[in-house]
Amino acid sequence: MKICVLVKEVPDAAVQKRIDTGSMRLDRSGENNLNPFDTHAIEAAMQLKEGGDLQVDEVVAVTMGPGSAQRALQKAVALGADRSVHLSDDALLGSDVCATGLALAKVLESEAPDVVLLGQQSDDGECYTIGAVVADHLKMPSLTQVVKMDVEDGKLRCERQAEYGYDTVALTLPAVISVGDAINEPRYPSLKAIMGAKKKPLDTKSTGDVGIEAGQVGEAGSQTTVIALNPPPEKQAGEIIEDEDTAETVEKIVAWLDERKLI
Amino acid sequence: MAGILVYALHDDEGNFNKNSLGALSEASKLAGELGTEAAAVIVGDISDEGAAGLGNYGVTKVYRAKNVTEGLAQPIVDVMAKVITENGFTYALFGGGLLGFEIGAGLTARLGAGVTMEVTKVKVDGGKLISERPILQDSQIADVGYVSEPGIIIGRLNAFDTKETGGTAEIVDVDVELSEWSTKAELITRGEQRGADIDIEAADVLIGGGRGLGSAEGFDGAQALADSFDNSAVAATRAVVDAGWWPYAGQIGQTGKTVAPKLYLAVGVSGAIQHKVGMQNSENIVAINKDPNAPIFEFSDLGIVGDLNKIMPKLTEAIKAKKG
Repeated sequence: MKICVLVKEVPDAAVQKRIDTGSMRLDRSGENNLNPFDTHAIEAAMQLKEGGDLQVDEVVAVTMGPGSAQRALQKAVALGADRSVHLSDDALLGSDVCATGLALAKVLESEAPDVVLLGQQSDDGECYTIGAVVADHLKMPSLTQVVKMDVEDGKLRCERQAEYGYDTVALTLPAVISVGDAINEPRYPSLKAIMGAKKKPLDTKSTGDVGIEAGQVGEAGSQTTVIALNPPPEKQAGEIIEDEDTAETVEKIVAWLDERKLI
Repeated sequence: MAGILVYALHDDEGNFNKNSLGALSEASKLAGELGTEAAAVIVGDISDEGAAGLGNYGVTKVYRAKNVTEGLAQPIVDVMAKVITENGFTYALFGGGLLGFEIGAGLTARLGAGVTMEVTKVKVDGGKLISERPILQDSQIADVGYVSEPGIIIGRLNAFDTKETGGTAEIVDVDVELSEWSTKAELITRGEQRGADIDIEAADVLIGGGRGLGSAEGFDGAQALADSFDNSAVAATRAVVDAGWWPYAGQIGQTGKTVAPKLYLAVGVSGAIQHKVGMQNSENIVAINKDPNAPIFEFSDLGIVGDLNKIMPKLTEAIKAKKG
C-alpha cells in the first residue's frame, strides 16, 4: 500500500509575507520552509505505517513548485517519507486553486496512491480547499479537517468538527484526507534522518510527464483573476502594554476595565 | 437562464444554518442587481413547508434532492453540479462554514470552475460578480473576478446578513444519481456534542482560552478569572477543544459559536482568522499573549505582551479586590 503526502513550500513564519504588485502573486524571494500544517500530515502517514493496521509499503512526499521546493521535500523525507516527487514546470506559474488541484491530481494519478494525506491549509494561500479538489479529480472519497483517524476493517474511521459538533465518517480506500493540526504532535527529525534525506530518491517531473496539457494549468488554466489589491479598512490600533512589572501591568488592566465599567 | 445557486445547510431537525440563510439573502440581492434570480439547493427529507419557506430569504426556487443525505460534501457536489449544468446557473454561493468549503472545492474540480474562499463581500461590476477576499492574515484584500462560468464563491463566517422578505419559493424535486466515489464515505454519527453543556452566548464577559494555557488544567485559571466577573463564562479556540481541554459547547469560531460580549478577554489565544470571525464583534477585546507578533494584537483594544501564568492569577485577585 502506498501513502502520498502533499506538501508545500511556503514563506517562513518569520517572513513578512507580501504580494508582488506587478505579478499579483506572493513574493517568494525570502526564506522558505515546509508548510507547518503539512508536518501533521506526514506524522499521520508515519503513524499509519507504524501502526500496522494497514500494510504500508512506502510514504511518498509530493509537491508542486519551483526548484527551491525540493527543500520542503527533503524536510518531508527527514520526517519519515521514503522518497519524493517534485512536479516542476514554468507552465505551472500563476496557477489558481482550480489549476493547482488539477496539476496535483495528475501527478498523484501517476503514483496511484491508496491514501492521500495533506495539511488542512497552507500557511500562505490559506485556501483549505485543495484536498477536496484533488479528491474529485481522482474520483476518491474525501474528508477535510480530520482530527482523529483510525483503521477499522480496512477503512479509515475519521472524526472532525463540522457545523453542529463532531462527525464520525468511515471512508473506503483509496481516499483523500486533509488533517487538522490537532490530529497529532509531529516528531522532530533525527540528525541522521536530516543527513540522509538528500540521499533518498527524488523524481522531478514536468507537466508533460504526468499528462497535463498546455492550457490546463498556470495562468492559462486558472479560472480566477486578481483584479486589485486593497488595504483592509482602517482599524484604530489598540493600546499595548509590555509586562515588565506584573503588579503595575495588572493595575493598568484593572484601570482600563474600570474606565469602561466592565468590572 | 443565468442565476445564483446557494447551498442551504440544515441540522438533523431540519433547521437551516444561519450562515446559509445569510447567503440566500446575499444571493437574492446580487441577483436583483444582475437582473436574474437566486435559488437554493437542499438535500434530505425537508418538508414542503420548510423548503418553500426559504423564499422568505429572497430565493424564487428551491431544488430539493430528497434521496441525498445531508452532512457529507461529495453527494451534494453531485446534486449541485447537475442543477448548475441543467439550469445554467452562473454562480454558486456558500455561507461561511466547513461543508461549503468542501462542496465548493468539489464543484471547482467537477466543473473546471474558478473558486474564491473566505469572501467577505461580493460586488457587481459590468454584469459580473467580484469577490473581496482578505489574504495574508487579513493584511490585504484581493478583488477577485471569474474568468469563466460558473464562479464559485465561498463566504467567510458571518459575512452575509439575513434579510426576510416574506416570500415563498417554488419547490423543484430533483433526482440525482450519485457518483460512485460519493458513496464511499459513510456518515456514522453527526453533530456529536462533547463535554459539558456551557452557555457562552448569554455571558457579558467571556474569557477566551487558547493553546497558550498549556493544558486542560490551565483552564482552571481561566475559570477563576471568569468567576471574578459577573455573568461570565469561559470560551475556547478550536485547537484546545479538539485537544479535549474544554467542551465543544464553549467553542468560538468557524465550527463553533459566534459571540459579541461586552468584554472578550483572550488568554493564550493567537487569533487565527477562524477564531477571529467568531468574536471580532465583541464590544471590548483584551488579549494577553507572550508572543508580541500574535495576530490577536491587531484587533485587540488592549493587548498585554507577557506571561499569562504570572498575570492571570494577579489579575483575578485584583478584580475581586476592586469589586470588594
